[in-house]
Amino acid sequence: MVKSLDELAKIRDKAKEALNLRAGEKETKIIVGMGTCGIAAGAREVMAAILDELGKRNLTEVTVTQTGCIGLCDKEPLVDVLRPGQPRVSYGRVDAERARRIVTQHVVNGQIVGEWVVGTQS
Amino acid sequence: MKEIALHIMDLVQNSIAAGATRVEVSVTRDSAAGRLTVEVADDGRGMPPHLADRAVDPFVTTRTTRRVGLGLPLLAESARQSGGSLVIDSVEGRGTRVTATFGLTHIDRPPLGDMASTLACLLAANPGLEVEYRHRCDGREFVLTASDVRQALDDMDGGAPGGPLVFRSVHGLVSEGLLAACGEDGSQLS
Repeated sequence: MVKSLDELAKIRDKAKEALNLRAGEKETKIIVGMGTCGIAAGAREVMAAILDELGKRNLTEVTVTQTGCIGLCDKEPLVDVLRPGQPRVSYGRVDAERARRIVTQHVVNGQIVGEWVVGTQS
Repeated sequence: MKEIALHIMDLVQNSIAAGATRVEVSVTRDSAAGRLTVEVADDGRGMPPHLADRAVDPFVTTRTTRRVGLGLPLLAESARQSGGSLVIDSVEGRGTRVTATFGLTHIDRPPLGDMASTLACLLAANPGLEVEYRHRCDGREFVLTASDVRQALDDMDGGAPGGPLVFRSVHGLVSEGLLAACGEDGSQLS
């Protein structure tokens, strides 16, 4: 738990060290659907789980962003993963647990979690 | 929506979609007046009067993917059910201010909920967005600005701090900050 801005400085220094260990993952992007439909279906918890899992694994250079409704409201929460050299993958009905597995299996190891895919685009 | 904090997430997404670079969010708990007021003001492109007037109609939307938009209608209904109301002030080209009031002790008022997660996600996922959050509870105040957080975390490797770091930091600051200022954990507000 971070209690003050001073404490943030300490965390920053620690993160700085970890930063040197990484390479190559910089271009991976995760997009969470944050329209009304996504939020009502639990997108905030999904995003929180993704950011937490990335943090635990020190993958602070993976970009996480949000987008609005893309029209697949019944498949929300939707999470897209864009990994260099792979097609864009959209996952549907993601919850916090699935989100963590998408991070470990797809973002880290490059293996698409086929059972939850609702679409791919190269 | 189960929490007012989720409505706030939704309103800020509206602001982002309207091209806003700065969003001011405030939550004011006034026990004496029995009122809870939530306000989201942005500098986005705003709405022309005919659209602003009808924005709470579920069949009015600017999106092209579907013909319904439920964000503002759901919030308006939720506010109304607790004895409050929703007001939209919008000036085209200048920005939009959405103000929702709720009956503080009304049984149908949703809880404020996990404001810490809402703010942590918003700041982590939108590094270019200026967010200012003000939480007032009967005269006491907690303020968090995105620029303060980013400054404290800045100059890592010459770049902006990563999302996970911002998320963890903001979540902690809001949880603890609200506990200190208002005696309530910012991740489970009543």
